[in-house]
Amino acid sequence: MERKVRVLVAKPGLDGHDRGAKVVASALRDAGMEVIYTGLHQTPEMIVEAAVQEDVDVIGLSILSGAHMTLFPRVLELLKRKGVDDVLVIGGGIIPQSDVDQLRKLGIARIFGPGSPTIEIADYLKEWFKSSSRAQV
Amino acid sequence: MEDMEKIKEAKKKWKEKYEKSSQQRDALFQSISAEPLEMLYAPDDIERMDYSRDLGFPGEYPFTRGIRDNMYRGRLWTMRQFSGFGSAMDSNRRYHFLLERGQTGLSVAFHLPTIMGYDSDHPRAEGEVGRCGVAIDSLEDMEVLFDRIPLDKVSTSMTINAPASILLAFYICVAEKQGVSSEKISGTIQNDILKEYIAQKSWIFPPGPSIRIITDIMAFCSEHVPQWNTISISGYHIREAGSTAAQELAFTLADGFAYVEAGIRAGLDVDRFAPRLSFFFNSHIDFFEEIAKYRAARRIWAREMKEKYGAKRKESLLLRFHTQTAGCSLTAQQPENNIVRTAYEALAAVLGGTQSLHTNSMDETLALPSEKAVQVALRTQQIIAFETGVPDTIDPLAGSYYVEAMTNRIEKRAYEYFEKIERLGGVIKAIERGFFQKEISDAAYRYQREIERKKRIIVGVNEYVVENEKIEIPILMIDPEVERVQVARVRALRTRRDNDLVKRRLESLKNAARGTDNLMPHIVEAARAHATLGEMIDVLKAVFGEYKEIPIF
Repeated sequence: MERKVRVLVAKPGLDGHDRGAKVVASALRDAGMEVIYTGLHQTPEMIVEAAVQEDVDVIGLSILSGAHMTLFPRVLELLKRKGVDDVLVIGGGIIPQSDVDQLRKLGIARIFGPGSPTIEIADYLKEWFKSSSRAQV
Repeated sequence: MEDMEKIKEAKKKWKEKYEKSSQQRDALFQSISAEPLEMLYAPDDIERMDYSRDLGFPGEYPFTRGIRDNMYRGRLWTMRQFSGFGSAMDSNRRYHFLLERGQTGLSVAFHLPTIMGYDSDHPRAEGEVGRCGVAIDSLEDMEVLFDRIPLDKVSTSMTINAPASILLAFYICVAEKQGVSSEKISGTIQNDILKEYIAQKSWIFPPGPSIRIITDIMAFCSEHVPQWNTISISGYHIREAGSTAAQELAFTLADGFAYVEAGIRAGLDVDRFAPRLSFFFNSHIDFFEEIAKYRAARRIWAREMKEKYGAKRKESLLLRFHTQTAGCSLTAQQPENNIVRTAYEALAAVLGGTQSLHTNSMDETLALPSEKAVQVALRTQQIIAFETGVPDTIDPLAGSYYVEAMTNRIEKRAYEYFEKIERLGGVIKAIERGFFQKEISDAAYRYQREIERKKRIIVGVNEYVVENEKIEIPILMIDPEVERVQVARVRALRTRRDNDLVKRRLESLKNAARGTDNLMPHIVEAARAHATLGEMIDVLKAVFGEYKEIPIF
């Protein structure tokens, strides 16, 4: 029996736009996942702390303020420092294509931009989880 | 008068005949707010309407048809594009660009650190400086922002909430340096903290102290800045967060009533502060629903101000509003389509009688507006104003069976919400219980599900999609150098200024915050001494504390 995928939906930085993050959180919950929503105004430190404490499989970062090139890499760096190497990190929000390519290189698995169907996000996470090492735990 | 019974009979027959035989498209036939729409509206849908009681004439109670007797015949709405990015110099350049192209009022977008009360060199500001608005840390930045802009001739709206008192103080000081007294400046600060807790989420302090700051500003402005709108009671953000039109209307007006009550509790005369309350609504893509919303808003506000709050002056009853076309209706896919969406939304706002209008640029789902995109957005307003003929007759849709029925219905929905809010103990209690936030996130989720199930078509997104499309419009990029320069600038300011004076000013601000003195004069003094925004906010945070939200979804 496969256990539920555990997802942390997080809002890094000062950005207060939470409509997308909440819609995604609700959709993933309805798709059968365990979802923890951090709330707003999270620092990368707070996000990684929550991810480790909650022992999540996935971190979803939502940002619309343009600060993603500072904050997303910081999250990845902190995960690395804590020795967390099996958690999937995805993102969404307002992120130009040129930055998407750079973020993928740094380790963000996928960016779901405006218009992404939540069902696509849910399916992607389920697929990934099936073959991930975390599913065995 | 035609026999209403005959019409009802004929309509019934028509319905029976066509409902049986006509084909029907596979669509929801509900407004974007899930309000069911009849195929047809006829006289019987508004049979109980009384022209004099429910509509009246423009500039006369209940103001359904417009707040001024001559509306756009007398003066067009203000064309006021929300704008700001990078450094104060970058934004000043853009403001001149917009004014030269025919904009008639300014509207300032601040970057997130300013909005949240941090200076650009604060650790929390890293990566955020100048990205979604202009970086303003001090009076010096403000002076650059308004360089060569005469503040006695141009009115300015500032989208700022928790730190609104400080930005107002900066503005007053800049005007002063131009030789323009505070009595002569005109503009608006958004300063609507209740909707921050509900939707925009750029709070700093808890509700109690936040309301105190607002009533201090109201009192100060009624004495010293009489042409200033002290609050822009907003529904825009509530709608952007996903609410329905009825929720936008109801929650905004409920917030408005809460401010009126706060002003009265603070001992202010309603007829002194109410004329300077203003509103800010969204204009979403469901055309007629929006027009109905604005008309209902005017009628409800006038009625309640008169009957519930006992306002005697006509000016206290007028719901004056700014409108922004719906950012959340725009798509990242095929961005040129957004020009069309914005045009329809702008038209709805004009047909609804707005006093001021911002039209979104086509690229706003991708970045802040480029010069090319914002020019088109401004031209959209100018074409409505000068080519369509729409502004030349007041409230042209009045009497439409559909529009009047929709106006009545959304008014009814608003009152249903007022009752709910009352039963919860008022706006602040309802906020604490997450009432508004849950309504909004439920509505947003319902809407998303409609789209994903293709019950509602979004052109270019779930239908008429172009695979692998290339973005062929210029995209504004913020140079990371902006942050480096601004950080250095604010640090240099702190070494150049009279730090003893700043210390004394901050100390007296702290004492005022602890006591009951009006905060504004202390903030103005501190601003003049070049205390930074972050420093003043830190003083207030230490006294008032910080708000923490319990997140729900």
